[in-house]
Amino acid sequence: MGTNFDATRDYPLGTRRPDLVFTPGGLALADVTLEALRQGRLEPADIRATSETLLLQAEVARAAGRAPLAESLERAAELATVPDDLVLAVYTALRPRRATRGQLGEWADRLEGHGAHRTARFVREAAEAYAERGLLADA
Amino acid sequence: MRSRRFESRDRRPLRREVLVAPLPELGLVAADGPRDPAPELVVENGVVTRLDGRAAEELDVIDRFLVAHGLDLEVAAEAMALDDAELARMLVDVDVPRTELVRLSRGLTPAKLSRVVGLLDPVELMLALKKLRARRAPANQAHVTNLKESPALLAADAAEAARRGFAEIETTVGVARYAPLNALALLVGSQTGRPGVMTQCAVEEKRNLELAIRGLVTYAETLSVYGTEPVFVDGDDTPWSKAFLGSAYASRGVKVRFTSGTGSEALMGHAQGHSMLYLEARCLAAVRAAGSQGVQNGSISCVALVLSVPGGTRAILAENALAAWLDLEVASGNDAIASHSEIRKTAKLMGQFLPGTDFVTSGYSVMPRHDNTFGGGNFDADDIDEWLTVQRDWRVDAGIEPVPEDEVLAVRGRAARAVQAVFEELALPAVSEDEVAAATVGYDSADMPDRDRAADVEAADDLLARGVCGLDVALALDRRGFGDVGEAVLSMQRQRVSADYLQTAAVIDAEGLVHSAVNDPNVYSGPGTGYRLEGERWELLQALPSVVAPAELVADSPDGPGHLVDTRRAAKGSDPAEVVVAVGPAFADGIRATINDLDHRDVVEAVCAGVRDGGGVPRLIRVPGVADVAFIGHVGARLSGSGVALGIQSKGTAVIHRADLEPLDNLELFGMSPLYSLESYRAMGLNAAGYALGHRVGPVPTALDNFARAKLIVRTTLLHARETAAVRPGEPPVEVELAAVETAPA
Repeated sequence: MGTNFDATRDYPLGTRRPDLVFTPGGLALADVTLEALRQGRLEPADIRATSETLLLQAEVARAAGRAPLAESLERAAELATVPDDLVLAVYTALRPRRATRGQLGEWADRLEGHGAHRTARFVREAAEAYAERGLLADA
Repeated sequence: MRSRRFESRDRRPLRREVLVAPLPELGLVAADGPRDPAPELVVENGVVTRLDGRAAEELDVIDRFLVAHGLDLEVAAEAMALDDAELARMLVDVDVPRTELVRLSRGLTPAKLSRVVGLLDPVELMLALKKLRARRAPANQAHVTNLKESPALLAADAAEAARRGFAEIETTVGVARYAPLNALALLVGSQTGRPGVMTQCAVEEKRNLELAIRGLVTYAETLSVYGTEPVFVDGDDTPWSKAFLGSAYASRGVKVRFTSGTGSEALMGHAQGHSMLYLEARCLAAVRAAGSQGVQNGSISCVALVLSVPGGTRAILAENALAAWLDLEVASGNDAIASHSEIRKTAKLMGQFLPGTDFVTSGYSVMPRHDNTFGGGNFDADDIDEWLTVQRDWRVDAGIEPVPEDEVLAVRGRAARAVQAVFEELALPAVSEDEVAAATVGYDSADMPDRDRAADVEAADDLLARGVCGLDVALALDRRGFGDVGEAVLSMQRQRVSADYLQTAAVIDAEGLVHSAVNDPNVYSGPGTGYRLEGERWELLQALPSVVAPAELVADSPDGPGHLVDTRRAAKGSDPAEVVVAVGPAFADGIRATINDLDHRDVVEAVCAGVRDGGGVPRLIRVPGVADVAFIGHVGARLSGSGVALGIQSKGTAVIHRADLEPLDNLELFGMSPLYSLESYRAMGLNAAGYALGHRVGPVPTALDNFARAKLIVRTTLLHARETAAVRPGEPPVEVELAAVETAPA
């Protein structure tokens, strides 16, 4: 977590605290330039927010009184390092009657494997609700 | 038997739509449904045991999600205990801050929320919406699509939309495989028009995520939620799956806005006997609980269904206000066609237009509506001037700026060229010179040359397979001399890294600064506070290309001697056949023609000829002391040997007067000066003579054009101002005669 970060004052990060913002490849925000692009120093993988940045945004949201948005951004921070295929597979499993309780548990375990603990908990919580409402797949 | 007036009304556009009586069993009731539950929240030992009429074990998947994520139990006891009417009053009390209302909303159940907001009348709802909007300044979103999926036209339309001030631009596809090409054209066009405009391509979620990961789009609003469990499940989602998807988008740097709206549950057959507004309150509570920063609501695609029931328009405004109360960014509908009737749909629009919302429409059709593949186009390319004029009329900022035609052409042409260059650099099927030209000036996609669509979709697939991304687009633009557009595209990529636009109600300005409810919140607290349309912005929104300087509307004051020459002070005449023709102070002098461009000399000659035809003797008099036609005529009548006069103002308004009448009475008044010909003035003279000689006189037949005033009232005002300026108070009437016609030197 960045030092001296004040969630009530340091937003927008891009203009107020660019020193805290890096690409996944470790480039500073100020280094994302046309010149760097021309010199081949920018990779497509650089163009996204890191988990750290998303957590800072979650702090900003929470400081502004938006707890559910903060929780969503915290899940996003976890998912930032989860591969696209796994993200899409978990989404599909969460759709109605796609997965059994056991399968949802397995997807949650997979997420745990990527350090996505909050999101895993979210998936397990869904499985409980689905079981009550008949929204699980037939075993 | 049929009334011809009823028959005439039957042919109006309004009658193409159906109005129905409420049918609550099917959810065809706007608000206050007989089966809507009473607000209820029972918490025992920190656990919700009853919610809005349901016991814990009866809670459906939406209720369970709200219990898990959408109710702040620390606030709930206090908030639920407040009287409905008291909460409703707080919504419109400018001394109760938005932050306090948002705090209380976290503890309110959907039944309570809908009941409270349902207490407000339309004007109160507008005040509440104005006060509760998340972002300080309102904005607007554009739709950009076309039937041919022409990239040059998409880019040109996106550029125009951006140049006109839209903060977000949304496209979609007719054919799903086109998505990357349309997203690309939109990105290039939008950044050509104005750096910082956010774009999206509404397609299936997986494809959408893919475009986002490539940096070709920056936001998504395709995440639909519904107010009953069966409809939610029919939509193949649950609140958990949608919330997960929202986080997934955010994890890939996409601004997410959910979509909901009244009427969808009834349309999909599972309203469970509830009112539209109550079900929307459930949707909105779920949207907030899911952690979405905002919502597209206001009935959206079901708007015509909601408008079919009594109170529908009000319910839609109430759902917008409710979303704002829940601290959500609101893109407030007005995109799908609400009505065939221009009056009705505009009346509906005012609910969002006047208070201002985060996005007044969730898709203004920048192109003609038949090219709108969303099925939208409630307001379209042909309506832009009306929209701008209504903004100017109300002094309201509804997010669209006037732009002169030459600037629009320039930015459209440049965007078409930019996308042409990018297509070439990225080895996509060429955009021809003809396409660039047609996209610049064209009306719709019918003006566009046909493309090889099979080649386009193959190229689109290939684009994805090659992994082309936003960086490639920036580099292509830079290489081809569009360095500023390349920089703007790269700047959008940089925004993805800092992710500031994931906060509530974010838009990005031309300098790349994010404005959201965090750093630029709405703090309206009564007159003189919050966002006011003033200063440069108000100057800009006044300056429509069609506005003229008043001086351009009337000819300059002419030089040289007038057509009438004063002879002597006018005395009372004695000839019983005399008809005085009395003219105003500026007649044939400072003003030389009527508002219908009839030369005053010709007018005088026509009137005098008419008088003579009727057996009368005309005498010309100028009345310099007054500008009002009644007094000009009456002064003339008192000097007339017969007691009858024809008074004529310089703009052409005339009156036949008689000395014994009150000044503001008359024999005949001719107030339709824009319609009069010389023949009309001759007929007036003839009638005046008839009155003078005591003949039976039928009124001069005159046409009536009730639009003449609307069309000409500004010119009338300016001409009359000149007449008034020529008044010489107290100066007596003088006899005048026509000056000799000057002949041009041979």
